[in-house]
Amino acid sequence: MPMRNIASLVFSAGLLFLLLVIGAELALGHPDMRVGAEYLRIAGPELGAANIVTAILAGYRGFDTLGELSILFAAATAASLVLGHRRADARRDPPGGLVLTAGADLLFPLLLVVGIFIVVHGHLTPGGGFQGGVILAAAFFVALLANPARTLNHALLGWIEGLAGAAFILIGLWALVEDGHFLTPLLPLGTMGELVSAGTLPLLSVAIGLKVGAELAGLLAHLADTEAPDR
Amino acid sequence: MLTWIALVIVVVMLVAAVLVLTLRSFVAAVAATSVVGLALSVLYVLLQAPDVAMTEAAVGAGLSGVILALALRRLGLWQLDDGEGVGLKPHSGRAGPGGDADA
Repeated sequence: MPMRNIASLVFSAGLLFLLLVIGAELALGHPDMRVGAEYLRIAGPELGAANIVTAILAGYRGFDTLGELSILFAAATAASLVLGHRRADARRDPPGGLVLTAGADLLFPLLLVVGIFIVVHGHLTPGGGFQGGVILAAAFFVALLANPARTLNHALLGWIEGLAGAAFILIGLWALVEDGHFLTPLLPLGTMGELVSAGTLPLLSVAIGLKVGAELAGLLAHLADTEAPDR
Repeated sequence: MLTWIALVIVVVMLVAAVLVLTLRSFVAAVAATSVVGLALSVLYVLLQAPDVAMTEAAVGAGLSGVILALALRRLGLWQLDDGEGVGLKPHSGRAGPGGDADA
């Protein structure tokens, strides 16, 4: 038997063993961790956010969100470094056909409004900075897809991304000075369900949305801008 | 009722996931990965997780499909079967529509 078959056999057996042990040990349906129930109990009164997922992501787990943003930043930077060079004589793709062009003209404002709505209402309705940011990036990419000769202003995108990231960290540092804990929600909570409520959570959501949107739009534009091989 | 809808979605996901492996055309395989993500996002809605569903629809169905498609184009593997590409012109690359993954 070749070495590779033995290795995959051992691996499969190990995986099966692991799954069996987990299945036998887990008390399915009877969670031992009570942190979820605790969040549900205290998050509403404490943070004043109608959307409890954003309350946890930006309020209680803001540091993890900062980590996610850094990972995305590193990935986008690396991709732009590798792909960001384009031969001067490389040919561009021709503009898209009628269906793509007309569809892009129709979709662009719609996606823009939906993206901004999701970002701004992050503390009220499902979604938040990340989801809205991806939709914003998609809006600009659809426009780019319809007319590849158009280019995004990468310097401007870089500025937006940098300022949004800095704003996120500055809000965290402000909380550190004010309250003694990094990224603790500040400001009065207001009435739950109103646009201006839940303290700094909407600000964090907007910062995340701008950063993710600018980053992904830049990444997609870089990817689309690399020349296809002429073979 | 809900169980049946979930069952249909799971079957769609499984079929699409198997199609990703078996389809000869790279473009169709990328579309099939997007179908997996889209079905999964519907499943998340049924499980009352709209936030996760939104992320899955935007990233799993949309963004990853676009990135895979752009990677295909960069590698010269973007081949439409009838040879009539819209926007992205097909190339006479060495890997045909049914080129194997080692190409």
